[in-house]
Amino acid sequence: MSDMIRYISKPHPVTGVTNAKLGIWCFLASEVMLFGALFSAYILLRTGATEWPVGADLLNVPLATVNTLILIASSVTIVMSWASLAMKDLSRFRIYMGLTILLACAFLVVKGFEYGAKFEHHHFPNSSTFYAIYYTLTGLHGLHIVGGIVVNLYLLFPGSAMWQTEPERFLGRIECAGLYWHFVDLVWIFLFPVLYLL
Amino acid sequence: MEHTQEEIRKHVKIYISVFAALAALTVITVAVSYLDLPLAGAIALALIIATVKASLVAAFFMHLISEKQIIFWILLLTFAFFLVLLFIPAMTS
Repeated sequence: MSDMIRYISKPHPVTGVTNAKLGIWCFLASEVMLFGALFSAYILLRTGATEWPVGADLLNVPLATVNTLILIASSVTIVMSWASLAMKDLSRFRIYMGLTILLACAFLVVKGFEYGAKFEHHHFPNSSTFYAIYYTLTGLHGLHIVGGIVVNLYLLFPGSAMWQTEPERFLGRIECAGLYWHFVDLVWIFLFPVLYLL
Repeated sequence: MEHTQEEIRKHVKIYISVFAALAALTVITVAVSYLDLPLAGAIALALIIATVKASLVAAFFMHLISEKQIIFWILLLTFAFFLVLLFIPAMTS
């Protein structure tokens, strides 16, 4: 059965990369189009509006700055978890992966406070076009964070058993999880100035 | 993908430097937003800083700097379609 999908831990002779890596990059390409469509919608809405608020006047810039730093730090910890595993240090991998998950949860908690403050002031997605696109973009991004936490939790606990049986394949999985996580960070790098600062 | 211990140690040093650069650029992008630049200039500057940050993440954390050619072809195709997507509003409005 394990031969059904080939080249999951060894590079494919034609592409030079594992099928797992090729797969995650194709998935990320589709994600670029998903977020790209929403960024495009943002541009269309903003250029078509008679007036558009400055994000900093409505949103909490200091909180979002903290969240940006949290997400950047989590990108470092997940890449460190991969590096630890590449150096065959499973316990260090666990520490860094655990930190990544904690940072991701911290991001969601901060976002929760932000959303809570907005709801208190009765700013909902149907309040204005700005809030509609703000909640859509940050909500979709938040869902990606939740997805990342679920996958990373799996890889930290039950999934890590693979390290004993197929270490190379497990290292590949961590690399793919890392690529996804960096992409989520990358999206936020653009969301932050576009929504909060401009 | 095989890496020697020495290579990984070099990688780790780079990750720390990239983290410092990303944190600094985050602070800069917030500081610049308080300068009250004209909107066009502010948008250009914010997007330039964001692109530099994104490039650092892609190049070093996502290892694109040493990635195989096929990944670049996928990304080139994605980038082309992404541009089409972004310019549709500009062409229709």
